[in-house]
Amino acid sequence: MTTTSDLLTTALHGAHRALGAKLVDFAGWEMPISYAGTLAEHAAVRRAAGLFDIGHMGRIDVRGPGADAFLSSLVTARLDDLRPGSARYALVCSEKGTILDDIFVYRRGTDDWLLIVNGSNRLKIVDWLERRRPRTVATVDRTLETGLIALQGARAAQILGALIGPDLTRTPLHTFADVTWRSIPLLVARTGYTGEWGVEIMAANGAMRALWDAALAEGKAAGLVPVGLGARDTLRLEMGYALYGNDIDDTTTPLEAGLGWAVDLTKAAFVGKDALVAQHQRGVGRKLVGFELREKGVPRHGHPILAGGTPIGGVTSGNLSPTLDKGIGLGYVDAAHSALGTAIDIDIRGKIKSAVVVKPPFYTKRNPSP
Amino acid sequence: MDPEELRYSADHEWVKVEGKQAIVGITEYAQSELGDIVYLELPDVGTEVVMEEELTEIESTKTTSPVLAPVSGKIIEVNDELKESPQLINEDPYGKGWIVTLKMTNPDDLENLMSAKEYEEFIEQGSDDDR
Repeated sequence: MTTTSDLLTTALHGAHRALGAKLVDFAGWEMPISYAGTLAEHAAVRRAAGLFDIGHMGRIDVRGPGADAFLSSLVTARLDDLRPGSARYALVCSEKGTILDDIFVYRRGTDDWLLIVNGSNRLKIVDWLERRRPRTVATVDRTLETGLIALQGARAAQILGALIGPDLTRTPLHTFADVTWRSIPLLVARTGYTGEWGVEIMAANGAMRALWDAALAEGKAAGLVPVGLGARDTLRLEMGYALYGNDIDDTTTPLEAGLGWAVDLTKAAFVGKDALVAQHQRGVGRKLVGFELREKGVPRHGHPILAGGTPIGGVTSGNLSPTLDKGIGLGYVDAAHSALGTAIDIDIRGKIKSAVVVKPPFYTKRNPSP
Repeated sequence: MDPEELRYSADHEWVKVEGKQAIVGITEYAQSELGDIVYLELPDVGTEVVMEEELTEIESTKTTSPVLAPVSGKIIEVNDELKESPQLINEDPYGKGWIVTLKMTNPDDLENLMSAKEYEEFIEQGSDDDR
């Protein structure tokens, strides 16, 4: 590629440059953080639609006889009831029950899976799979040969219908379909990280630029704009979605992070199950909670959380909510202070700001999308 | 304000000198790097600040960034409009986005600052280093 650095670039790198994007190093990739500005992009997704390059996310095939049992032994979610064409959120845990990654598993068929993993964890997860796979199962990292974009927003369905086909707009959440667009095979999945109606579309690198340009052209009249990782972060925070590396990592467990819904402690053995069963019986000492500031201020990762002057935890994600115009965040607190409505304080570089524990999402759509 | 007539710090603040007073803001380059500015806590009028120490902090959607005092002095005025409209720093960094006015306690501090031309060269070198 044209950069002089060691960063990876997606097939859309040229498109980002042409659009005047501000590019940053993200998980080893040179990615757009914004085009016109994070606030404008955030608002566009909430009111109209946004197109995101999320090609830095890892895409890994796991297939071959025994792949069902193999994958099930490595993730927290139940998989045996997942139908072909469906996807599910799951955690990959260590033996200690701490989180190695949060991923989406896509079931293509029996013993045939696609995993979407965090860009920052791709090599770790590929290695984790490689070390444990039976010889009959192949794990193939397809990240560098493919691309992934997200079309999300109040008007995303309308744009997708016009771009690819109206049938797709009726696809249920967390299902996916293989479709052909201009003779190009695409995988279109009803998934996303914004809280709006949306899809994520995977295709070979060679098709990505045409798809990106066609989507922007098709959606222009409806208000579709390219959206960078800056707004992706503020959009996901308004929904209270955990971000790996900020809110969850290999020192936190799914039960502490409020992700127990993605853990099936009744299924057959999986890595980390014993530790999680023990923690479930014992109870968690700390919990990831959402909070809102009751005065003006911007909480950030690392700020101490206090109750009556005593440290009870720390902020893991925080920002000024663009939609609500108030400080919001996620953070771990001692379980005793985790109940909804609990008054807490955030120590913002020595300035104590009062906050209250609330249940995410911070943002709720007023009007359902068409 | 004409950016040509301003003095600049290595930390990307600008200074407009009017007698013993110095109006302070951040540069076009700084606001562009920060991205959308959403909040800042203005310092109190009357506060004494020392050159290169923190004047305030600017919150953008991306990060928190300190604004350093480009010269030493006493804060005699703050731009109250920024409380409601912090985006003025993005929209007009050399005008409506000014942050504070200082009464300089050591006008010799100005000798540490760059001219517009020097600052332009400074940024170009800096951007090269980033690549």
